Amino acid sequence: MADGQPQLDLSPKVSDEIRKTTCYMCACRCGINVHMKDGKVAYIEGNRDHPVNKGVLCAKGSAGIMQVNAPSRLKKPLKRVGPRGSGEYEEISWEEAMSTAVGWLTELHETAPHKLAFFTGRDQSQSFTSFWAQHFGTPNYAAHGGFCSVNMAAAGIYTMGGAFWEFGQPDWDHTKLFMIFGVAEDHDSNPIKAGIGKIKANGAKVIGVNPVRSGYNAVADEWVGITPGTDGLFVLALIHELMKAGKIDLHYLAQYTNAAVLVDAETGLLLRDEDGKQLVIDRTTGKPAPFDQKGVRPDLSATYRQAGVTHRTVMHLMAEKYLDPQYAPENVAEKTGISAQKIKTIAAELARVAFDEAFELDQEWTDFRGETHKTMTGRPVSFHAMRGISAHSNGFQTCRALHVLQILLGTVEVPGGFRFKPPYPKPVEAHPTPHGYGRPGKPLAGPHLGFPRGPEDLQLNEDGSACRIDKAFTWENPMSVHGLMHMVISNAHAQDPYPIDTLFMYMANMSWNSSMNTSGVIKMLTDRNDDGGYRIPRIIYSDAYSSEMVAYADLILPDTTYLERHDCISLLDRPICEADGAADAIRWPVIEPDRDVRGFQSVLIELGARIGLPHFLNEDGTPKWKDYADYIVNHERRPGVGPLAGFRGEDGDQFGRGTVNPEQLDKYIENGGFAIEHVPDAARYMKPWNQDYQDWAVKIGLFDAPQPYLFQLYVEPMRKFQRAAEGHGDIQPPDHMRDRLKEVMDPLPIWYAPLEDSSVDPDEFDVHALTQRPMAMYHSWGTQNAWLRQLHGENPLYLPTKLWEKHGFAEGDWARVTSVHGEITVPVAHQAALNENTVWTWNAIGKRKGTWALSEDAPESNKGFLLNHLIHELLPPKGDGLRWANSDPITGQAAWFDLRVKIEKADPPTESQPALDPIKSPVPQGPDHLEWKVGK
Amino acid sequence: MTDLPTKTDRTLGLVIDLDTCVGCHACVISCKGWNTENYGAPLSDQRPYGTEPMGTFLNRVHSYEVQPEQGNAQTVHFPKSCLHCENAPCVTVCPTGASYKRVEDGIVLVNEDHCIGCGLCAWACPYGARELDQAEGVMKKCTLCVDRIYNENLPEEDQIPSCVRTCPAGARHFGDLSDPNSDVSQLVESRGGFDLMPEMGTLPVNKYLPPRLKDSWDDQSLLAPLLEPVAEEPQGFLGWLDKTLDKLPGGTA
Repeated sequence: MADGQPQLDLSPKVSDEIRKTTCYMCACRCGINVHMKDGKVAYIEGNRDHPVNKGVLCAKGSAGIMQVNAPSRLKKPLKRVGPRGSGEYEEISWEEAMSTAVGWLTELHETAPHKLAFFTGRDQSQSFTSFWAQHFGTPNYAAHGGFCSVNMAAAGIYTMGGAFWEFGQPDWDHTKLFMIFGVAEDHDSNPIKAGIGKIKANGAKVIGVNPVRSGYNAVADEWVGITPGTDGLFVLALIHELMKAGKIDLHYLAQYTNAAVLVDAETGLLLRDEDGKQLVIDRTTGKPAPFDQKGVRPDLSATYRQAGVTHRTVMHLMAEKYLDPQYAPENVAEKTGISAQKIKTIAAELARVAFDEAFELDQEWTDFRGETHKTMTGRPVSFHAMRGISAHSNGFQTCRALHVLQILLGTVEVPGGFRFKPPYPKPVEAHPTPHGYGRPGKPLAGPHLGFPRGPEDLQLNEDGSACRIDKAFTWENPMSVHGLMHMVISNAHAQDPYPIDTLFMYMANMSWNSSMNTSGVIKMLTDRNDDGGYRIPRIIYSDAYSSEMVAYADLILPDTTYLERHDCISLLDRPICEADGAADAIRWPVIEPDRDVRGFQSVLIELGARIGLPHFLNEDGTPKWKDYADYIVNHERRPGVGPLAGFRGEDGDQFGRGTVNPEQLDKYIENGGFAIEHVPDAARYMKPWNQDYQDWAVKIGLFDAPQPYLFQLYVEPMRKFQRAAEGHGDIQPPDHMRDRLKEVMDPLPIWYAPLEDSSVDPDEFDVHALTQRPMAMYHSWGTQNAWLRQLHGENPLYLPTKLWEKHGFAEGDWARVTSVHGEITVPVAHQAALNENTVWTWNAIGKRKGTWALSEDAPESNKGFLLNHLIHELLPPKGDGLRWANSDPITGQAAWFDLRVKIEKADPPTESQPALDPIKSPVPQGPDHLEWKVGK
Repeated sequence: MTDLPTKTDRTLGLVIDLDTCVGCHACVISCKGWNTENYGAPLSDQRPYGTEPMGTFLNRVHSYEVQPEQGNAQTVHFPKSCLHCENAPCVTVCPTGASYKRVEDGIVLVNEDHCIGCGLCAWACPYGARELDQAEGVMKKCTLCVDRIYNENLPEEDQIPSCVRTCPAGARHFGDLSDPNSDVSQLVESRGGFDLMPEMGTLPVNKYLPPRLKDSWDDQSLLAPLLEPVAEEPQGFLGWLDKTLDKLPGGTA
């Protein structure tokens, strides 16, 4: 040591103990090491062994420490004593809270279960919450997928048995060209960042397609600043170019997709043999054969003449559709805002990398037809997309187009391409159909949410009215596989299709940023009947924090934070697997709550037992499970298969299948909070068609029999709906729906303009308006977090140079932004790296005064704002006497990003407009300074 | 005033890759967490739930837009913390000797016991890398996690700064820049790592790796030729398809 340098302790004690659990600061579900000092949380870092994050951790994850100490945490059950929205509450005991809820719910269960609408928001326990709702007997259950990314999930399942994010990931080790659509900052979080870092180090290129050049698009080598809502058209132009140049993987298409399957020329349905197997023409014999026959060489170019009718393959139909000049780059350039030259260049590069940089992986494997291959062919092009392209009214077909593009290039489930994560791939046939008809006192016959195969799976009453309060699985959105949470309050208020009694919600800020038409929804929640009672009579809400929604509930059940609870991230649910392994994880109380709060899932267990739901009781009438932890360990969904796959069996050494192990949670804790079972080497790629993979999946209980299948370029269930609209079959849509169904339910991907474009004047409302969430807050329930709000405490409306200069804006200016539905006045900022006709802002920064334990002069509730005021859950009236939902007509996905606005300079108001009245806070305001150090 | 060592045994620092930094702020908050709990006074926050919340951070990410003369504007995320300069003006300006550069590894630190919170060092630093903690009244700065990198209570792989350990994109690298064979020196060499504001004469130890050339496909002269059509019409396409299928394994051609 040099003179004068102080003596430092270079090896201070880091912590007393590390407790390993799972993060819940967003939906990514990384493994975390929680360092404890004196029984308190001292520091949080990523768990290096964890399959999701492999040691890294994002800003949210590290800021979890400020979530656990957040002053906005609710402290006790609350009973509303003032009018709804006033924020006037009285603290009550859990016993009073539970007996109140049990009283309301028991009556409904026994008399009219459909009058309970149970919707969960950022729920990570959907296999349990749906189980509860199924046994309650209400058809009215869903989580937040309908207003998030159902288009991506549904399009992926119907097309290829899985989509992006939780369903799969790029092959980061081998990909050379990665194209990311519309995901500037989110879904998922750390794995995408880690993947981009990895492929860049390998010299790969990244193409970013997004109107906004932030986040991942900032590091993209090539930026495509596309016009919002035109991604599908751009993708179809790429398909046009690739097909025209013959740059498609014919072997892959013939062997692994339904490109060679024959389409009945009269019905548009797929030709099948007596066993129901899709038929191809065998190029060797020239005769029809089932697609999976050993040695079959499916003929892509075949025709099949039978009884005077010529049937053609899916590939024929695709050639006819996509070689049409309407998809030529020159003809889409203006609409998409991308030059024809750039589209052609991208198509050429996709083809060059997929075919000229193809490689063989030295791995023998056997396909489902029994043929053994010496190697696996790699095509190092991969794609990723989530909400950006999903949250449009043409999102389902756009997502379909993207999946079809990947398949044409032969890049799905091959080395270098996109890889599924167990339990995916899983074809539609392996998923349930929807269930929605309840009877008093009885459970539903199956899960609420499923994948309709045709009109017979719609959930309609005999008079054609909707069975569900959100009108999921109706002709308005036949394939609404995640429900429509954004329509629940609006429909319940309109009593259309019927009135409900109790709205029960969890972790869903429906009176604020999670609803379209926020001010309107607030009116619906507070609206009264002539007799003075509320139009939506009862609202129960569970949340850990003093969110905007709390003020609109009659009974509040305070939840714990994520470090104070048990949870399971289950293979039955939305798992955390890797392409090379099946994995699941737990949360466990690394600290005990210092408040009178309870984990919501444990509350549901107790409610289930006290209401008397049979599955929640033993035969002697005692509760079957003490709490959620007890359920996680002891519940079996199928014999030997439960919420957690790891450490099953008497000795705790079985994965997937095995008897209940009472020590299971301890084993998870010992193992760092997760369990993983690796995919065998020969099963790592080509999973839908790979015998080794199929056998392994059966062995660990992902399914009960091998289920190889073909990718569905042509989606037959869509044709069935389309055919019904043409007048075929017993189940018929109302006449006013026919034209739309005929158009949108095309079994091959199409593009149509976002529906708002035909409801408003695009010349008047000439600007597209978007939101995204910053990486440090994506999917987070913690925007009030003391550290994170210092990163993103304000959300100006970002304007591109063209609009900035046209209106003469300067720094500090404000704009009036008007849609056909509403008006806001907000601060603006300039951003050059932005599509020239698009404005955007960060979502969910704006806060209502009096919420989240923030002071009333906090920037979030003065300069912050929501774009939601400009977006309605219904499209403007078209003069046909009907109101059409502002949703995708196939899945019902909320069309957030269809929004069109006009902009003008405004005199600066004192605060963003509209400014809603403050709510009386149920918690005290947070401290005015923090010096947080828990160790001495 | 305080002297700088004439030579340090090693030159520890960070190499930050501006080509892969996505601006997620993971490093910012991980740093805040570690250094709130560890070295010296906690990093305090003023008005954490109020107007103009303002806390002490040792590392911040700034975002800039670059508008080339031709083509699209670009976004650059720029993480910035103390660069542990060889010729650190913050040390020489310190009136009490509280600011110093370690002989062993070149890390620039503040001895909080001797810091009087005069703020001269913050004025002297051309990078704005020091922040006076409002609660404690002492100067805070990046310590390069001096209490992690030698910490025998941590596994060896974790003996790195918290910002490096947490960075999801792998955009932050730590090592000895005086050793030409170290990974960080090799990265600087191969990627053209550069000094921030070299004209200030501070000789910063931390280096930045520049973003790769962006939007190169907008220049057609650099590219492979576009795709040649095999057919313009569906019929032609099907003819091509038929011929090509014969060439696939098992085909007749």
